[in-house]
Amino acid sequence: MRIGRTVAGRQARAAWMFLAPGLALLTLFTAWPLLRTAYLSFTEYSLLTPPEWVGLANYRELLGDDQVTNAFQNTVIYAVVVTPVTIALALGLAMALNAKFFGRGLVRTAVFVPFVVSLAVVSIAFRFLLDPNYGLVTHWLDGVGLAPTQGALAQPGTAMAAVMAVGVWKNVGFYMVMFLAGLQSIPRDLYEAAQLDGASRLQKFRAVTMPLLSNQTMLVSILAAIASFQVFDQIKVMTNGGPAMSTETLVVMVNRVGINNLEFGYGSAVSVVLLLLILVLSMAQYFYFGRKQVRY
Amino acid sequence: MHTTSPALRRAWTVALTVAMFAIGLAMVFPIVWSILTAFKPNAEAASASPTLLPQTWTLENFSEIWSAIPFAQLYGNTIIFAGSVMVLSLAFDTMAGYALARFDFRGKTAAFIAIIVMLMIPYQAVIIPLYDLVHSLGLGQTVAGMIVPRSANAFGVFFMRQFFLALPKNLEEAARIDGASEWRIFTRVMLPLTTPALLTLGLFHFQFNWNDLLWPLVMSNSIDGATLPAGLALFAGQHVVEYGLLMAGSVLALIPLILFFLLIQRTFVTGIATTGIK
Repeated sequence: MRIGRTVAGRQARAAWMFLAPGLALLTLFTAWPLLRTAYLSFTEYSLLTPPEWVGLANYRELLGDDQVTNAFQNTVIYAVVVTPVTIALALGLAMALNAKFFGRGLVRTAVFVPFVVSLAVVSIAFRFLLDPNYGLVTHWLDGVGLAPTQGALAQPGTAMAAVMAVGVWKNVGFYMVMFLAGLQSIPRDLYEAAQLDGASRLQKFRAVTMPLLSNQTMLVSILAAIASFQVFDQIKVMTNGGPAMSTETLVVMVNRVGINNLEFGYGSAVSVVLLLLILVLSMAQYFYFGRKQVRY
Repeated sequence: MHTTSPALRRAWTVALTVAMFAIGLAMVFPIVWSILTAFKPNAEAASASPTLLPQTWTLENFSEIWSAIPFAQLYGNTIIFAGSVMVLSLAFDTMAGYALARFDFRGKTAAFIAIIVMLMIPYQAVIIPLYDLVHSLGLGQTVAGMIVPRSANAFGVFFMRQFFLALPKNLEEAARIDGASEWRIFTRVMLPLTTPALLTLGLFHFQFNWNDLLWPLVMSNSIDGATLPAGLALFAGQHVVEYGLLMAGSVLALIPLILFFLLIQRTFVTGIATTGIK
């Protein structure tokens, strides 16, 4: 009993030694700033003078602010479109790229490469491709009579669509790899058994593939949703939130209000709204998938 | 695919191959186009009737970008920033993930939940106080100020925890009976098994920090202290028409990432599969 306790004690000490540096850094540079954001959201603060407590003033202002409503709507629209489209495409690509065909490795790499490259950098390329005067894609669209006259990024409707398309393009490869890893860990004999039972392609997909991929589906859904709510780089570089704020999301707004206008208190309040949105959504997804999760 | 004839199966494979190559081409098109544009003279890059292939090939953009912006400086900054963060974060994430996966101790669940919550926090939501904190620590406008806040990562801890969970228990039991210290078990028995996971997570850390726009943009008030994406984005904002130059800079910025990915590509899917992120 004594020996058992000392062994457990020694192990606990070792565990904390392994955990301490990482946890300390995360606490100092993530958890603490988060609490500070929450605090700053109740203040007026411009970095030049100390924060001044204003209670709920920022939140009251936020409720009546058309810009916040606009950014909130844009964020939700972006996430609601981009998340499911990305997941569906990623799953489809993973299934296709799990089949054997000539050049499979090459195509897998091609699909993954956009995830590796800098979105800020390729966003410049997209801006150029869609330029109304010099853009190759505009030129091609013009050839089939589809070109938007002022360029896709100068019109509210098409600007959002372009930014969304880039979001899907960028991330689909990453989630494809996650699904691919999952597909490869499904035991082959399950498919063989289903085959013997005379299951069709669709039945195999629904009875074997989907349940055994439920862990990946949960993780991919949560990560993809979080990433969608945090979209920043491509909007910052492609449209900077324009035209007429039609692509300004909450993060872009936090950046504009907080960093550019130095209204840190108000920017923090917008951050808190974004954070609550993400937390509520991730929890909802976690519990939704948690119920349906299959262990094997 | 059962009971289908070989001819039908072949037709299916051919159709799949063609479709997948088309998708692959579409995916790399913007990157291929960037590379090709980098070889166009400026007048041709900004032509009203653009073509995919350069009419005249030139290396001008690649030589000019070094003087148009402090490119060598930016490149150096980016290597130091992304490289240091990757090494530090791999070390701390691995240790923390190991503790959460292989030991039982009081506070473990609480620590794990804290990690998961921190994983969900968008860093944009904490960037203002983080900026304040780094400045009050006296690290404002320094490379260390950019690196240190990134030197542990909640996703990394989670990722390594998943990997260590999947390893069999008897591995460390034997070493423990032999009287090896916990640190020795970690470095000599467990770490050698982590290569695929470390390479995969290393790529994630490296590419995330190499590519990051906002944090280096906020942390450096002059272009000399910035990283490549921030420098190129600033340049793009000021010189809207010099696309050839921008593309040359972008292509040079891509090279390390593509090389890193090609180097670890073989272990990459294994790295994700063995972390049990399934």
